[in-house]
Amino acid sequence: MANKYVGKRVKRTEDPRLIRGLAHYVDDIRLLDTLHVAFVRSVYAHARINSIDFSEALKNSGVVAIYTGKDVQQTIGPVPCASALPGLKVPDYRVLATDKALFVGHPIAAVVASDRYSAQDAVNLISVDYEELPAIIDVEQAAKGGPVIHQNFGDNIAYKLTSGEGDIDAALASADRVIKQRMVHQRLAPIAMEPRGVLARYFPGEGELTVWSSTQIPHLLRTQLALMIGIPENKLRVITPEVGGGFGSKLNVYAEEALLGWIAMQLGKPVKWIEGRRENIQGTIHGRGQVGYIEVGCKNDGTVTGLRYTVFADLGAYHQLLTPAIPTLTGLMLSGAYKIPAIQINVTGCFTNKMATDAYRGAGRPEATYVVERAMDLVARELGLDATEVRRKNFPAAAEFPFHTATGLDYDSGDYEAALKKAKEIIDYEELRQEQKRARAEGRLLGIGVSTYVEICAVGPSKAMPAGGWESATVRIEPTGKVTVLTGASPHGQGQETSFAQIAADELGVDLNDVTVIHGDTGIVQYGIGTFGSRATAVGGTAVLIAIQKLKEKANKIACHLLQADAANVMFESGRFSLQTAKAAAAGVSEPVHPVGEAPAGALPEPQTNGKSSVTIQDVALAAHLAKELPPDTEPGLSATYFFEPKNFTFPFGTHIVAVEVDRETGEVKFLRYVAVDDCGKVINPMLVDGQVQGGIVQSIGQALYEEVVYDEQGQLLTGSLMDYALPKASQVPWMELDRTETPTPVNPLGVKGVGEAGTIGATPAIVGALVDALSPYGVKHLDMPVKPETLWRIINSQN
Amino acid sequence: MKTAISIKVNGVNHQDEVEPRLLLIHYLRDVLGLTGTHVGCETSLCGACTVLMDGQAVKSCTIFAVQATGSQITTIEGLAKNGDLHPVQEGFWEHHGLQCGFCTPGMIVASAQLLDRNANPSRDEIRHGLEGNLCRCTGYQHIVESVEYAARLAGK
Repeated sequence: MANKYVGKRVKRTEDPRLIRGLAHYVDDIRLLDTLHVAFVRSVYAHARINSIDFSEALKNSGVVAIYTGKDVQQTIGPVPCASALPGLKVPDYRVLATDKALFVGHPIAAVVASDRYSAQDAVNLISVDYEELPAIIDVEQAAKGGPVIHQNFGDNIAYKLTSGEGDIDAALASADRVIKQRMVHQRLAPIAMEPRGVLARYFPGEGELTVWSSTQIPHLLRTQLALMIGIPENKLRVITPEVGGGFGSKLNVYAEEALLGWIAMQLGKPVKWIEGRRENIQGTIHGRGQVGYIEVGCKNDGTVTGLRYTVFADLGAYHQLLTPAIPTLTGLMLSGAYKIPAIQINVTGCFTNKMATDAYRGAGRPEATYVVERAMDLVARELGLDATEVRRKNFPAAAEFPFHTATGLDYDSGDYEAALKKAKEIIDYEELRQEQKRARAEGRLLGIGVSTYVEICAVGPSKAMPAGGWESATVRIEPTGKVTVLTGASPHGQGQETSFAQIAADELGVDLNDVTVIHGDTGIVQYGIGTFGSRATAVGGTAVLIAIQKLKEKANKIACHLLQADAANVMFESGRFSLQTAKAAAAGVSEPVHPVGEAPAGALPEPQTNGKSSVTIQDVALAAHLAKELPPDTEPGLSATYFFEPKNFTFPFGTHIVAVEVDRETGEVKFLRYVAVDDCGKVINPMLVDGQVQGGIVQSIGQALYEEVVYDEQGQLLTGSLMDYALPKASQVPWMELDRTETPTPVNPLGVKGVGEAGTIGATPAIVGALVDALSPYGVKHLDMPVKPETLWRIINSQN
Repeated sequence: MKTAISIKVNGVNHQDEVEPRLLLIHYLRDVLGLTGTHVGCETSLCGACTVLMDGQAVKSCTIFAVQATGSQITTIEGLAKNGDLHPVQEGFWEHHGLQCGFCTPGMIVASAQLLDRNANPSRDEIRHGLEGNLCRCTGYQHIVESVEYAARLAGK
């Protein structure tokens, strides 16, 4: 099939509505008589709720109803956790706190009022009688003891897990060197620019509930909400309109989503809740939150022989959908891009009086990559070897794929050395090292950091997933020849309306603008899984491709019938089925039956095929719908559905090299160069891939230098607004020099591996590595994130 | 107790009676139905709510509607003229300056003002000029290229 679109830099079809302010996010959907909901949230990290007095609030004008935990305890099921780990303790997570509040931001009461101002007024009039209890905040303390959060469990340990292959004790005992290091992966707030939002409407006559939610997983949400609220799943419709970023924070099922649906059913009017930013940082999942200890064993030549990671995972007070599973992903990826014969992870997942951690862009894999890449740097430092050489020495060769790791994975394909080589050439690594020498001689603090990451993407086979790892697509050609693609993936900024249209337009030989991709509406789209884990294109795009192939098989049969020819004598090219003998004469562009904008007449025209040597796929679609001239035993209509189940994950990889300079006077970090060579397999739209990589890298910069969710010892959230939680700004990030290598995956016929999380996974250790390298003249071997100017300044100035 | 206001938005005069505490952003979105401008942080840090008030880029989440009385407001919906996209809108489309699109209206309005003040900005000037607008998706590089493209387009 000739590629007119796939592989090309195609401008996004979703952009015209977005750049003109005409798109609809949840808060932009306005239904008549909508009531607004605001929440009373705990101001304490751990407190007994003695009583809630809302008598004054009820008198306030506009207030319609106030609900507390007692009202919903029996009627709304717990917030679900989909992780199933052996011995996992799962607390009963109710949508509103009843007797105790367990984190700052824990919802206690929901106020419904005529408008958002009145609802917030009423919240301020509600008085909660709290009895503050001692809080447990530090994860390592939580593992040891201290105040118990869930009394029925006896301690704060939610689970312990050990995994890995190879004899780690022997590997470390026989190593020439063993290097140990404590590492902190600080808590991060995902901060999608659009906070969460829910709108719910109930039609009592039809018994139908519609929930608009800013989510990444409309179908999974529908299933879970149906179970929580007790409404039949087929009477519940979840719609995700435009979603303003997710980064994993909307890959969840939240208390507010169930509550809004339930309240709409109680009141019979639409209800809306739009999360404020303060609520968002308090009550939307956080990411990372690991404190770990690594032990890496190596030979004197730099060969790594074993890696052990003993980690305390800060889970927060309750499990959200995937909370306990995130550290297991860390364990899976501890081999990084290297042949490490013995690997072990020991996870202790702990409850703390904080919001739950869960999947934030990368979800456990950035932690693994950070551990492995920092370990490589430590080995290089210990042995006086170059950071890129140690990495190269431990790579599996391209010919060794599929490559089995001591974490139990089989990497699909890779050529790690090619990416490293390319990145080194682009940045002129040898010259950069010389420049560093010269800079140091002048007393300047120049550092170079490297990361040769690998990630696990396109999640994934269903056996490895809690709720199915496949993705679905329906492709149909309408009577007028327009193509509709329904995808179960639910993109929210990644651009699949464009990239899936590229796939469909090429496969069907139609114009890109004649394809519409519909997603995020359970009332329209067949069941799907959603967009997360860099899966939408690799899994969902493949479903689109195969659905089209199925559709074309049928179209081919009909075309043969129309042309009165044998299948062997008909070929499909550029949207047209032609008799091979007449192929040369049939060259031309396929056209929709009706021009754009012209409404079809009540009676559709008959496709004119008599005596023709070719028919367009639009002619075939019309014939299929009119069904007057079909081959025997052929179903009318022209659509096909496919559910694609991948047999393995994919493993994208790459090399990032960064050069920084630290200001001796201020500790400020200046980026000199940032080079990224990423390999995400085949590329559908290089412009979109670049965008994903760049955005990911900048989120890594955020983790490396700026971002941290800080709770004080009492569990008060100190970084509760964007005044305190520092996101990278345009002026703080470098120009990123991007390139690619292309190693297709054999896991799907598109050869696509996925790219959504690459930057966030690959970049962080390179940046921290560069800072450590810059400060190595001061004996610095490791720095914990976020590496603030103050930290660097103190190191520089304490030893001057 | 409501106060009468008179505001010209995207060239159209509006007279309304509003609570003095009503924020401009909520006036635009909830009263006028212009939902293109977004609320991202409520603390004037993210810039998603940026609109032009008498030609100045302002954060409409921290201005009361009553403060805007007598002024001319341009929102994202008012940037395109006679169906033609503003050069900055063209730039963002051409250079993939947006992903989820939520910061985009504010980012585009801020960029339009930036180019009003400096028709030919350097990359550093663009980055500095957009410091008041946060984007979580793009990493800003494509935004910088979008504004450069817009500057070239406008200069033609």
